[in-house]
Formats: sequence, C-alpha cells, structure tokens
Amino acid sequence: MSMVAEQRELRDDSLNGLQLSTRMDSIWRTPSGFSGALMSVDHKVVGRRYIVTAFAFLLLGGILAVLMRVQLAKPESTFLSADKYNQIFTMHGSTMMFLFAVPVMEAFAVYLVPLMVGTRNIAFPRLNAFSYWMFLFGGCFLWLSFALNVGPDVGWFAYVPLSSLQYTPTKRPDVWAQMITFTEVAALAVSVEIVVTVFKQRAPGMTLDRIPLFVWAMLVTSFLVMFAMPSIMVASTSLILDRLVNTRFYDSSSGGHPLLWQHLFWFFGHPEVYIIFIPGTGMVSAILATFARRPVVGYPVVILSLIATGFLSFGLWVHHMFVTGLPQLGAGLFTASSMLIAVPSGLQIFCWLATLWDGRPVYRTPLLFVIGFILIFVMGGLSGVMVASVPIDTQVHDTYFVVAHFHYVLIGGAVFPLIGAVYYWFPKISGRMLSERLGRWNFWLAFVGFNVAFFPMHILGLIGMPRRVYTYTADMDWAHLNLLSSGGALIFALSFALLLVNVIQSLRSGTLAGDNPWDASTLEWATSSPPPPQNFDRIPVVKHRDPLWFDTESMPVVAGLSVERREVLLTSLAEAEPQVREASPEPSIWPLLTAIATTVFFIGSIFTPWAVLWGTPPMAVALIGWFWPAGHKEDEE
Amino acid sequence: MPVRMRTALVPFATLPLAACAGRQSALDPQGLQSNHILQTLFIFLIVAAVVWTAVVVVLCVGLLRRKRSAVQPLALHQGFERTSGHVVFGLGLATLIIVLGLSIVSYAGQRTVFAKNEHALTLKIIGHQWWWEVRYEDDSPHQSFVTANEIRIPTGQPVKVELESADVIHSFWVPSLTGKMDLITGQKNELQFTAKNAGVYRGQCAEFCGLQHAHMAFAVFALLPDEYGRWRDHENQSGTSPTDPLGKQGEQLFRARGCALCHTIRGTLAGGQLGPDLTHIGSRTTVAAGTLPMSSAALGAWIADPQHIKPGNNMPRMPLQSGELIAIIHYLEQLK
Amino acid sequence: MRQTIVRNVGDLPTYGYGPRSGPWWGAMGFMALEGMGFALAIGAYLYLYAVNPNWPIGAPPPDLWPGTAEVIVYLLSIIPNEMTNRAAHRQDLARVRTGLIVMSLIGIALLVLRGFEFAHLNTRWDNSAYGSIVWLILGLHTTHLVTDLGDTVVLTVLMFTRHAKPRKFSDVTDNVFYWNFVVLAWLPLYALLDWVPRL
Repeated sequence: MSMVAEQRELRDDSLNGLQLSTRMDSIWRTPSGFSGALMSVDHKVVGRRYIVTAFAFLLLGGILAVLMRVQLAKPESTFLSADKYNQIFTMHGSTMMFLFAVPVMEAFAVYLVPLMVGTRNIAFPRLNAFSYWMFLFGGCFLWLSFALNVGPDVGWFAYVPLSSLQYTPTKRPDVWAQMITFTEVAALAVSVEIVVTVFKQRAPGMTLDRIPLFVWAMLVTSFLVMFAMPSIMVASTSLILDRLVNTRFYDSSSGGHPLLWQHLFWFFGHPEVYIIFIPGTGMVSAILATFARRPVVGYPVVILSLIATGFLSFGLWVHHMFVTGLPQLGAGLFTASSMLIAVPSGLQIFCWLATLWDGRPVYRTPLLFVIGFILIFVMGGLSGVMVASVPIDTQVHDTYFVVAHFHYVLIGGAVFPLIGAVYYWFPKISGRMLSERLGRWNFWLAFVGFNVAFFPMHILGLIGMPRRVYTYTADMDWAHLNLLSSGGALIFALSFALLLVNVIQSLRSGTLAGDNPWDASTLEWATSSPPPPQNFDRIPVVKHRDPLWFDTESMPVVAGLSVERREVLLTSLAEAEPQVREASPEPSIWPLLTAIATTVFFIGSIFTPWAVLWGTPPMAVALIGWFWPAGHKEDEE
Repeated sequence: MPVRMRTALVPFATLPLAACAGRQSALDPQGLQSNHILQTLFIFLIVAAVVWTAVVVVLCVGLLRRKRSAVQPLALHQGFERTSGHVVFGLGLATLIIVLGLSIVSYAGQRTVFAKNEHALTLKIIGHQWWWEVRYEDDSPHQSFVTANEIRIPTGQPVKVELESADVIHSFWVPSLTGKMDLITGQKNELQFTAKNAGVYRGQCAEFCGLQHAHMAFAVFALLPDEYGRWRDHENQSGTSPTDPLGKQGEQLFRARGCALCHTIRGTLAGGQLGPDLTHIGSRTTVAAGTLPMSSAALGAWIADPQHIKPGNNMPRMPLQSGELIAIIHYLEQLK
Repeated sequence: MRQTIVRNVGDLPTYGYGPRSGPWWGAMGFMALEGMGFALAIGAYLYLYAVNPNWPIGAPPPDLWPGTAEVIVYLLSIIPNEMTNRAAHRQDLARVRTGLIVMSLIGIALLVLRGFEFAHLNTRWDNSAYGSIVWLILGLHTTHLVTDLGDTVVLTVLMFTRHAKPRKFSDVTDNVFYWNFVVLAWLPLYALLDWVPRL
C-alpha cells in the first residue's frame, strides 16, 4: 500500500550467535524496575507469577484443611465454632478449586505451552497479563473477606436457597459469587490464549500428530474451560442478581427453582474435575516418556482418549443430583454415561502401563510421583464407578465416602502429577535442580500421609458420617478413624512443607541444571534454563514427535524474523506451515489498569447495582488505552 | 449369588463397626432397601478390588522385569508396539464390557430399591433449620397428628415418606434402612423403605443446610406392628394435663413465658407453629434434634440457653428464674 | 546445540486475514464461549418454562414490534457490514471509514431499539422467574451489542488517525466477523423471547 514506506529491516539471518542472542534479548526483555514488572507481558514472567500465586493459595487452602482435621480429630471438639468451620470448609473447597487447581494447571500451560510448541510468547500476551491480575485480585478479595469474617459459609457449591438473601442475609455469598466471576474471567482468557497459541503459533513442521501430549492435554482442557465455565458464570450472575436486585431465578414461590442452580452448577462442576485432571494426565505423559526412556505407547490412543473424556465430561453432571428426586430411568442413564468415562481414562492408564513395561525406568522423583499417581488415581476412579451407581450413591452421596473418592481423584489424579511436574520442570524454570534426597522424602511422606488421611474416610462414609458437619457425638464411633485421618493429614501437610524447603534451598544453592538435565525430548529443553526472554534465538523446525531425541546433532531452525521488533511466526492449523510474521505486543501497564478498573466494578457491584453504571467508563477507558496503538515499531507498517 | 459374596465379606464389613451396634451405618442393613444397596455395593467392591490389584500387578511386573540394555529412546521394537496396541485395545474393550455390566447391575438394584408399594404407610416429613417435623396424616383428621425428630414405624410394612422443606434443602438419610433423598424447597419428593427388624435407627441430615447442619439428627424406631399400633393410639392423644402444683405452674409458665408462641402442645392453649410439636416430648429420647440425650438436666440446659448448646438455632433464650425453669422441665417431662 | 537454518520466512507478510491471523482465532474462541453462555441462558429459560405450568408468569408476552424491528435492522446490517469487510480486504481506507461510520450508526440505532424492547417486555426482572430470565437474556445480548458498538466506534476513530496502518484492516475484518456473531445470536433469542411465550 501507498502508506507503507518500503524499508528493509534487520532480520535474524544477518546475525549469529551471541550477537543474535543479545539483540533478541534486548527486544523481548521485560523492562527493569518495579513499573517494568507491572508491565510485563512475557508468558514466562506471568506464568511464574501464576504458579507461585496458585501455590500460595494451595498453602492457604492446605492450612484450612489441617484446621478442619484438627477439629474433627475428636468428637464434640470446640476448637472451631460452627460458624468458623462452615466458613473454613467453604473457603477450603473454593480456594482449592478456583484459586489453586484450575489456575495452577493453566499457569503451567502459560509457562510451558509456548516453549513446547516453539514460539516466543503466548498468543494475546496482554490478555494473559490481565488474566493474572484478575486471578490475583479475585483471590485476594476472597481471602481478605475471610480475614474480615465475611468469608463465604454456604459451601463451595453455594446451593440455593441456603445461599439466597433470605437464608443468608450477609455479604458472604456475594463474596463467593463475585470471586467466581474474577477467576472465571481469568480462566476463560487463558483458555482462549492457549487454544490460539496451539492452533497458530506452533513451530513449522509441528503437525497435529507431533504436538506434545502435555500440549494436547492443555488444548482439550482449554476447550473444556470455554464450554463449562460460562455455565457457572450464568449461575453466579443470576445468584447475585437474586440477592442484589430481587430477581426470582431461584425463588420457588415466584416460578424459580432451586434445582436450576444445581443443574447449572454441576454442568460446570463436573467438567471442572476434568479441567483439573486432564492437565494432570498431560504431565504424566510428559514425565513418563522422559523417565521411561521411550515415547508414550499409543500416542493417538492417548489423544483420542483425552478428546473423548472431554466430550463425555459434559454428559454426566446429573450424577451429582441422584438424590434430588429425578426420574428413575434418566438417573439410570446418567449412571451408564458416568461409568463410560472409565473407558478413555482406562485406555490412558493402559498406555502408561505399557510404556513402563517396555521402558527402562529411571527412578527419579518425578517418576515416583507418577507411580504414586497411578496407584491412587486408579482407586479414585474405581470408587468413582461406585458413586456413579444410583443405588450406591443414595448411601454414599454427601458422606465422607465421597470426600475420600474425590480426593483420590483430584489429589491422586492432579496433585501427584503436579508435584512430579514441579520436580520435572523446576530446573527449566529456575535453572537449578531440586534435591533428589528431599524429593524422595517428599514423595514417601505424601504417599503415606495421603493414604492414611483419606482411605479411612471411605469407611467413615459407609458407617454413616455425613460431610460438612463441624462435629459429631462420641457415641457415633467415628472417633478412631477420624483421629487416624487427622494424623495422616498432618503427615501429608509435612510433605508439602518439605517441598517448600526443597524449593527454597535449591533456589539458593541447587545444582545448575543446564539446558536438558533429564535428556527429554520436547522443545522446552532445547533452550537454556531458565529460557531467555525470546525463548529461542531462532524458531525451531520440527521433523519428529520427539524432536530432541530425533535431531541429536543439530537443530533445524527457520530464519528471517525481525530483530528490530517483537515478532512471532504464525503457522497453519493442521500442517504448521509458516503463514505470517505477526507482531507480538510490547509490555504495557494497561492490562493492570484494566484489571484494577474491573476489580472496582466487580466489588462495587456487590454493594450497589449502580456500580454497573459508574464502573463501566473506567473499564472502557482502560481498554481503549490497552488497544490504542502506542506508536511502537509493531504498528509502523 | 450376591448373598454368598456378602457372607464371605462379612468379617471385612463388620470390622470397623464392631463397637457400633447398628445405629447409623450403610454396612449394617436393617431394611430391605439398605440390604439391596449393600449387595450392589459389594459387587462393585469386588470388581474394583480385582481391577486395582490387576493394575498394581501389571505395574510391578512391568517395572521389575528384566529390561533391554540402554538404547536410543527412539529405537523401538516394532513387535512390542504392535502387540501393545492390541493389548491396550483389548483392555479398553474389557473396560467397556465391565462398565456396561456394572450399569446393568446398578439399574437392577435401583429398580428394586425404588420399587413403589401402593399400600405403604404414608407419613410426611418436613425439614426445618435444624429439626424434623413428622406428620402422620390420615383420612380422618382425628387420626392425624404431628411430632418431631422421632419417627415410629411398624416393621415389615412398606413406609412411604413424603419429603418437603420449610426453608432450605435438607436430606433425609437413615443408612441402616435405605439411601437418602433430598427435601427440596418447592418440590415434593418421596422415599419408600421397609424395616426388617425392630430397633432404633439413627438418621441425620445429609445436605448442608446452614450453621447447625451437624445437629440435625433424628431417630427411626421400628416397632413390632402391634406395638406400633399402641404407640400410634397413644401419640394421637392430647398431652397429659398435669395434676401436681409444680406441673400446673409449669404449664402456666409455658404459656406466660412465650414458649407457646412457637410450640404446640395439643389439648392445651399452646398452639405455636414455628418450633417442634411438644405434645409428647416427655417420651422422646433426645433434645434438640439428636443434640443431647433426653434427661431433666439436658432439657434444663437446653431451655436455659439454647444458643449455648446449638449456636445459631432459632430458639431464643428466655429469661427464666431457676424455679420457673424447674417447673417447666417438670411439666414437659410429664408429657409422655 | 548447533543450529541449521533450513528455511527462511523473511518473505512472509506481517499480517493476515481470517484464519491466517491470530486475533481472528481469538475472536472465534470468545464467540464460542459466549455462544455457550447464550446456549446456557436459553437452557435456563427452557428449564423454567418446563417447570412452570403457566408461561409467561403473571404477564402478557412481550410486545412484538421492537424485537421484530431489531431482527430487520440486524439482517439488513449484514449488507453494509459485508461491504466494510470487502473494502478492508481491498485496503480501501475511504470506504472502510464510511463503512465503519455506518456500522456505528446502526449500532446506536439498535441500542435505541433495545431500549424500547426493554420497555415493552411487559414484565419486570423482579416480578417472577419469567421476568428474571427474560431480562437476563436480553441484558446478556445487550452487553454484546454495546461491546461491539464500542469496538466499532473506537476502530472508526482510529481509522481517521495516523494509526490507520494496513494491519488495522485486519482488525476491521475481525470486527465485521464479530458483528455477524451478534446478529446471529439475536435470531434464536428473538424467537425464544418473543414467540415461545405465545405458544
């Protein structure tokens, strides 16, 4: 076009080695200083913050768990009041689900996916920064409220009418509902970023059947988030409207219905489990290939299983509602659909077992956690088959049996792989190895502590102990098992303390890791540890599913990208053929300002509906600031 | 067949509840329905145990068996890749067959458990924060009465409970008799069960219903049919009028101090509807929905300061002098 | 590790249209999740419709004319929208400017019509569950209308400044794309809000 001044910019084919590295580094680096830190759009910086914040919430949620176990260790305990206990179990569930499990998985994806697909930054880096701030503010909002004794106390599921204004005339449920809004905005944004990163920013040659399994898992997860989370947004919005402006969604005297809430909640709530578990399976696949010293058996089977799990997860929410008086045949069908998900989950397990069977296992800490994962998760899956049965569920629903079941699934299926992933990728993120000796202690304490804490709960549920009770009488004969469980919980908690010690020690004096300490096969190991701001000096070209095992002598790369401005290479969806050299955004303060404006809007709106009016203009201004071209290089053509 | 399996598993099942003589346990079935459910549970349990053990064995053998010496990670053995593909496919198919089989077992169990009997004895249970209103309704209003927190049923006869809620969602659960069913605001649910043996079966609210969810228990007394008939005739009568001066004083104070605003005692002027019906409170076994075992002391402690025993419950603390308290306790204890 | 340059991508363009560009896929993603939001809101409407024997509850159905007028305007708006799209692909700045102004005006007109529609719903959000769900759905769609209008207005202004660089034409096409989504979303909602209560 006539507007474009034809000019020859400097490209990376005219530079080499250190010169190229330095040049790229200076373009992609996050500005220094405090204000620079607030402006960062680097997926590694944001991802690291995301991970650390999510683990901070794990710590807080874990402390709450310990408090609950102390309270329940003996009958008629007065350690916690009913009011505190109800806040605490609500905070524990909400924190673990919304502020730890989902964010931590997305956090790892934010850090790793761009590296694993061989690009320089995540798609929509400013949205990514915004997402982190929203997550942080939402989490802080919830915990500050709790500190001020307005922590939600209606369960992480906030069933109406208990959570309605009539039965809980405090601000507590509003805090819960708005925290949901914060974290869902954050999660939805990250999901779109991941999808677009995987679809469009893969290194040339990384065809669909060469995408690492962890990336596939995060892609499927992102789609689950996109289709499940709108449901909880609709639910929490309508709840807050009922409470704030007298709408009647859940008021059974005006045509509303409490079960509408349960349908909306569980339509999100069940896929939520897979939103947490599927990234765990991706981590397992990544770790397993490296430490079994061979690619995971049945790559296409694993991918199809992930996709099948994703689809099936939307068809079984009703199994959370088997005792609400649904038509019998319908409930029976949901039994079948719920159990059916055992098939894709089983297929993945079989592929992993075959991988270990044929591989030459290297027993480092990440592999230990994967083996622990298999033992625990399979048990959780099997107790899941039990609760999927309508008659069995009528007994175990809302008892400690279910508490045991979903902790086996979530801790076994997601936290064990996650801790394995921490040991596995910590060297990449920090440049230093974690201690193996502490790692083994960490694993065994976690494994033993977990089982001692949660296995007895199966029996407790069967011998009649309901969930969410702040105390029980001595004549119920639940005391011994509860005490045992509480002891296990302390051991389990200790294992996390050990992890923290290990991390702190290694950060200070851990062995240097080098680029690829585990001799792994995926692209994140093709760059230095920690990676430079530009991730790769030159974008790799992928010729095999396990590029670093395939090209051991030299890495094929592309040249021709700018060294004057931030540029990422877009490739085609299926074949990953290079298409466009697209500009990637510069650091900006606007995402933070937008997040602040949005926070004011969200928090204001639980006090007055007028916040919707006066809260919108600042948001609009911030958004315009965000998108308005700043006259950087990126816009000058 | 399931019965035999069950017998084989009895030692396992009774192990954790050696001390707990059938109070509130799904492993200690005393009803037709809970028995069926337990049989289904055992079938699932056996399948689960077999599958889990198989996985562990394969995992261990896989890890411990002798391995090929160190080679390139990509130097794969084509024979293994092919065979493992077949094995994984076969196991996937086996999983499918197992879950379909279990679905059928489950649905069969479900049909038995939820089978309806037209001639069941019907009562209505209304959940309140945090107590249970129990209504025995009969075509004749003279045979209808209301009680609270204790349910008496005849053994061997199907019982239908109609479940409603006066406020938030609760869940009716007597594990020794059958599985649970929610009491949902604005919806009528029902549940049928049959007690096989006479006994006392404790139940508890299973859906989180607010501050004192933990203290919302009740008891089902399964009585032999003629005993049940006698109880019902007695329960249908009005409360016994006190004859002694202290009792009379208690009755008078019950009205004067505001108790009667919330509580009904049939046959007296006390007709409040907010709290539990106390017509026969003297014959109940617990105070405050299973919170305390019934005794003069417990009753006294409860009336003197309900907020201490069950914080947040809807019964206010009434200023009473100790003499007045004694009179009221005395009166209530007479209401057998 | 040693690197071998196997390919030079220096000749590739620095922006693309449609599926070749990143933002287009981003818009797709957001449309998918927003579409899910609409679907769930419709589901909630139908659930309430199913559990209530009388529908609409305690109110006559909405007056037909505002919604119907919107349908007509929405459908007609596809024409200038598509013209803007083609002009953007041709990088014809003058036509793009005109197109964006027209689209902004259409958006404002629709917003005015939307005001009438709220006024002619014949129920309030706090009358009954029916009123609540109707207001929620209409509010949800209005949010999309306002967001897209805001985007269009900002883009219009931008195209009159020195920032009207070629790669901004790609943004224009994404805006066009999103408008089609807003139009498309309205059709089932119109049927639901205006016709289902008349069944």
